[in-house]
Amino acid sequence: MSGFFSQAQQLQAPDVAYQAVLPMLLVLGAACVSVLFEAFLPRERRWGWQVALTVVTLAGAAISLIVYGNDAPKAGVKTFSDVLTIDRPTLFLWGTLLLLAFGAVLLIADRSVEPGGAFVAQAAIRPGTLQDRVQAAKVGMQTEVFPLTLFALGGMMVFCAANDLLTMFVALEVLSLPLYLMAGLARRRRLLSQEAAVKYFLLGAFASAFFLYGIALLYGYAGSVKLADIATAAAGTNRSDTLLFAGMGLLVVGLLFKASVGPFHTWTPDVYQGSPTPVTAFMAACTKVAAFGGILRVLMGAFASTNWEWRGVLWGVAIASMAIGAVLGLTQTDVKRMIAYSSVAHAGFLLVGSIALTSKGVSGTLFYLLAYGLTTVATFGIVSLVRDADGEASHLSQWAGLAKRSPIVAGVFTFLLLALAGIPLTSGFVGKFVVFSAALQSGMAPLVVVALVFSAVAAFFYLRVIVLMYFSEPAADGPTVTVPGAFTTMAITIGALATLVLGVFPSFALDWAGAGGFTF
Amino acid sequence: MTNLAADAQGATGLAGSAWLLLALPTLGAIVLLVGGRRTNKWGHILGSATVLGTFVYGLALFFSTTGLDAYKRTQELHLFAWIPVNALKVDFGLRLDPLSLTFVLLITGVGALIHIYSVGYMSHDRDRRRFFAYLNLFVAAMLLLVLGNGFVTLYFGWEGVGLASYLLIGWYQDRPSAATAAKKAFLMNRVGDLGLAVAIFLMFANLGTTQYSEVFAKIGTLPSGTILAITLLLLLGACGKSGQFPLQSWLPDAMEGPTPVSALIHAATMVTAGVYLIARSNPIYDLTGDGRLIVTIIGTVTLLIGCIVGCAYDDIKKVLAYSTVSQIGYMILAVGLGPFGYALGIMHLLTHGFFKAGLFLGAGSVMHGMNDEVDMRKFGGLWRLMPITFVTFGLGYLALIGFPGLSGYFSKDAIIEAAFGQEGWRGWAFGGAALLGAGLTAFYMTRLVLMTFFGEKRWKDLKSADGKDFHPHESPKSMTIPMIILAIGSVGAGAFLSVGNRLVDWLEPSLGGLKESEHFVIPKGTVTILTIVLMLLGVGAAWLFVGRKPVPVTRPARVSFPVRAARADLYGNALNEALFARPGTWLTRALVFVDNKGVDGVVNGLAAMLGGTSGRLRRAQTGFVRSYALSMLGGSILVVAALLAVRFS
Amino acid sequence: MLQAYVPLVLLFALAGAFALFSVAAAPYIGPRRYNKAKLDAYECGIEPSPQPIVGGGRMPVAYYLTAMLFILFDIEMVFLYPFAVSANALGMFGLVEIALFVATVGFAYAYVWRRGGLDWN
Repeated sequence: MSGFFSQAQQLQAPDVAYQAVLPMLLVLGAACVSVLFEAFLPRERRWGWQVALTVVTLAGAAISLIVYGNDAPKAGVKTFSDVLTIDRPTLFLWGTLLLLAFGAVLLIADRSVEPGGAFVAQAAIRPGTLQDRVQAAKVGMQTEVFPLTLFALGGMMVFCAANDLLTMFVALEVLSLPLYLMAGLARRRRLLSQEAAVKYFLLGAFASAFFLYGIALLYGYAGSVKLADIATAAAGTNRSDTLLFAGMGLLVVGLLFKASVGPFHTWTPDVYQGSPTPVTAFMAACTKVAAFGGILRVLMGAFASTNWEWRGVLWGVAIASMAIGAVLGLTQTDVKRMIAYSSVAHAGFLLVGSIALTSKGVSGTLFYLLAYGLTTVATFGIVSLVRDADGEASHLSQWAGLAKRSPIVAGVFTFLLLALAGIPLTSGFVGKFVVFSAALQSGMAPLVVVALVFSAVAAFFYLRVIVLMYFSEPAADGPTVTVPGAFTTMAITIGALATLVLGVFPSFALDWAGAGGFTF
Repeated sequence: MTNLAADAQGATGLAGSAWLLLALPTLGAIVLLVGGRRTNKWGHILGSATVLGTFVYGLALFFSTTGLDAYKRTQELHLFAWIPVNALKVDFGLRLDPLSLTFVLLITGVGALIHIYSVGYMSHDRDRRRFFAYLNLFVAAMLLLVLGNGFVTLYFGWEGVGLASYLLIGWYQDRPSAATAAKKAFLMNRVGDLGLAVAIFLMFANLGTTQYSEVFAKIGTLPSGTILAITLLLLLGACGKSGQFPLQSWLPDAMEGPTPVSALIHAATMVTAGVYLIARSNPIYDLTGDGRLIVTIIGTVTLLIGCIVGCAYDDIKKVLAYSTVSQIGYMILAVGLGPFGYALGIMHLLTHGFFKAGLFLGAGSVMHGMNDEVDMRKFGGLWRLMPITFVTFGLGYLALIGFPGLSGYFSKDAIIEAAFGQEGWRGWAFGGAALLGAGLTAFYMTRLVLMTFFGEKRWKDLKSADGKDFHPHESPKSMTIPMIILAIGSVGAGAFLSVGNRLVDWLEPSLGGLKESEHFVIPKGTVTILTIVLMLLGVGAAWLFVGRKPVPVTRPARVSFPVRAARADLYGNALNEALFARPGTWLTRALVFVDNKGVDGVVNGLAAMLGGTSGRLRRAQTGFVRSYALSMLGGSILVVAALLAVRFS
Repeated sequence: MLQAYVPLVLLFALAGAFALFSVAAAPYIGPRRYNKAKLDAYECGIEPSPQPIVGGGRMPVAYYLTAMLFILFDIEMVFLYPFAVSANALGMFGLVEIALFVATVGFAYAYVWRRGGLDWN
């Protein structure tokens, strides 16, 4: 019997480029340590340790990324049996994710705006009961949000780098599952928060099913789940294309869902509104980066050769998304829902850049993601500041005349809204400019015209908020603007400054975004 | 054309630090906005000083440039590479040439005067400092607009002045009408901006650059259809910013802003940006006769609309606003004539900058003395009480109607002549319209002056809106001195600029030489005489219909049944009414109707449509996971079906 | 080859369209008169079983917790069998990997244990 074992051929252990994947390993490793903290630290010391661990991890990952990025091979590195690719876009996306996650973690860790933090002290209590009211006044919070954040971030990093569809699926689940939980952790308005979590979970599972079925069909077509193999199969066989296109359609639907592109956006407003605001910031900024990183890689890697067949369909999706976001945003009465629809419109703009399929399209989209993410984090930071006795005052009517009460907050928010609208001297303008000019160069002039029209329409609802803040009389019993503590101040400052710097001197970031293409 | 960028010089010496032109007002705006209340005490002084300093520097720059040879007068100053990625290069640089320097002097000169005027005008406003911050912001953006060396830089300034204009129109936040006007201005400008943006994208897509020098050098290689599209889109941009047909109606509403703003932004500088855009793009417009023809038609239509509607309003600022619309129509008409008119358009722009700014400041001075009343029917007999205002306003008025020897005479006449210099029907149509416009201008302006300064003191028995008696008085020195300086400009600028072709020669490096037409449909001398005759007719008509009889204080809904004692005048009145008043009222009513229902209707309708659609679609967001899942499923089926359909079709 | 499936696809499409149409049209066409029986869960005409007085008809949450933990650990342990079978072939790399895997599960176990997930109360 022993011969049976010795006969077996020794499997070759895959090479791992540890230096290249170190940032990812650090984040996932820290997530495990963070779980142990939850297990063994006494309740009152968890918050401090978790915050320290998370911040140190993000910093360490960023440093290792920079060290590696300085002399990384331009062609990129494939590792773990070629399931991960660490190329220039991956490095840019990782950097963006780490930066945005840092901003979001600052918001998550803040305990000055809401005493005890934005997260529930005891999640298992039934909403609306007496205990729930007691819980809302407690100072503690469920510090599980930190390991969850790290796991989600790790999943996003894998998702951006995944070179085959199965790895991508696993990463998708790793990033999604913590997010479902985090959506349900709001300290106040527990029912709304739990509803958001369940909705996100159900629809997310639905979308995952599409994604997985798409993978199955593509495997049936190409006999492999590697992006490069699918591309080879699509370019040079006479196999029936039905499987290819049906598979691609389902796969893309799964991706579009995560990126909240219309008409797969339906979860976005409800979940953005219900989740704790710091989590909304994390979702809005980081998930979008990861999802569009994945979309770019899949479209460029597997389906570039068949783009004449599918590009028209994604035109339609992009237009639908821009239209839905811009038009529906007009009548929203809740700040968070309005930003949710704005994110749907932005997803449409990003899709315009993603289907350009040129190196300029890639670099433009990457830049847009960085710019949009930073602006979004700061925007939600501001949203968390305007409060009344029931927590955040997110109804727009409560924002009337805010400029009279707190000119600085209103001023910064105005600036961020102008950036979302794409007014020059903000990063939003440069982002739109590079994305649209890339789309123009790959012959999508009509789409760009439509996009310009919708960005004009969308500008209107940002303007509405500005008018409301400046030109309306404040309500007598309106909300107060909380003076933020160091963490939230830092997050807002980083986001707003970056919005300005990227708007005035975008060249360095554009250089990074355009430093090299995908490797498959 | 010899003005292409091949001969643009690198800027050196004094011109090398031309970025100061932008930096000074920007610095002022930043200090005033960031400094907050701490700067309340000296904010207005700083604001005025930065613009005055910019003017002095611009003047030095101007004189150092006049010393150069004509071919060296175009200088480029590269500041930094703004977006330097592979094929996508947008440099941030300045272009100093006669055209931009002319504008720099106009903007900072008139700007400085209006800053000084505002010190007095806004002295009662608690937020005077913020007002000066916005004014500085406007000056900085406007300078960027004219100094930039490419279309993207221009677009920057374009949006910047739009922002400043929006902020200042909505200055009196407590008036709902101001907020509405600001919103309307913003929306209509977006329509224009969209045109400009698409034009820039078109240039970039086809030529790979947006710098003036490179665009103008390569534009000839494009198919004529593309060139036409670019010119029309640029025209759309110009129409939005300059209040041209069909986007003119925001401009009169913009008078909700403080009067100095109306004078600076909505009369002298910002609204002329469209004229600048077309003149600056002259190498593009030179290539397409059709494009120029459409520019001319737009200008002509607008100038007539402005004149006719101007006759119907009783609000002194709105009359002046429609007058602005009409005068810019003249400028657009002129630049539409191509090499025959670019320089003439700029000349009228400059003289108009003087006299219209002066007129607005005069109107502001009247309002200042009359508790902010704007209804001319409540004025009357003010000339004795406000002598300086009356004289300066009167000079501006004479300049505007083209009284021989004053500014408007030189600049407007030249345009009318050039219009008659077109071939065939064009000469008749454009020349005739311009001529008719001159008569109408004389009519409504005379009506304005008569109702404001002459006649009975109708305000004696009236109370102001806040229930006080009227005590008209002359304004303080800080207001009258700018008015006097502008009045001197209104008198002398035309002669100064046109004698010996001074302006035309100076602008030649930027705009090319001014061509003289060889076939006038009416001889030039006759045109001059006709213009003067029509002007006198207009003045006379105004005297007959307005000056001779008392002006009713409330606006008559219909011209009332004639009083018995005035039986002798009955036939005259009936004739007036039948021949002039009624068709005039109908015409103006029809135009006001088109203006309010048609143009505003389209804008409001668009907003309402989007809002309605939004409200309806909102109901699809039911909150039920099952319907969300269904919509996702529907979307997925559509995507997959569409993919397969494309594949198998 | 695929041509043969066209009628089948058409049939599916028709069926789908009919179903969608019916579902979409029903709320607009049908009358809406609710009574208690209609709103009850469908149980072949039998009254739904009576609710227990204590606990509002809910199972104790500990059942769910235990069941979930069982499935998690069960499924994760399943990976140990294939490893055991090919341990030699996988060599040192495989050993390190599986150790990491077990450690990860161990972390989760530690969390559940320390936070009282294994207590039946």
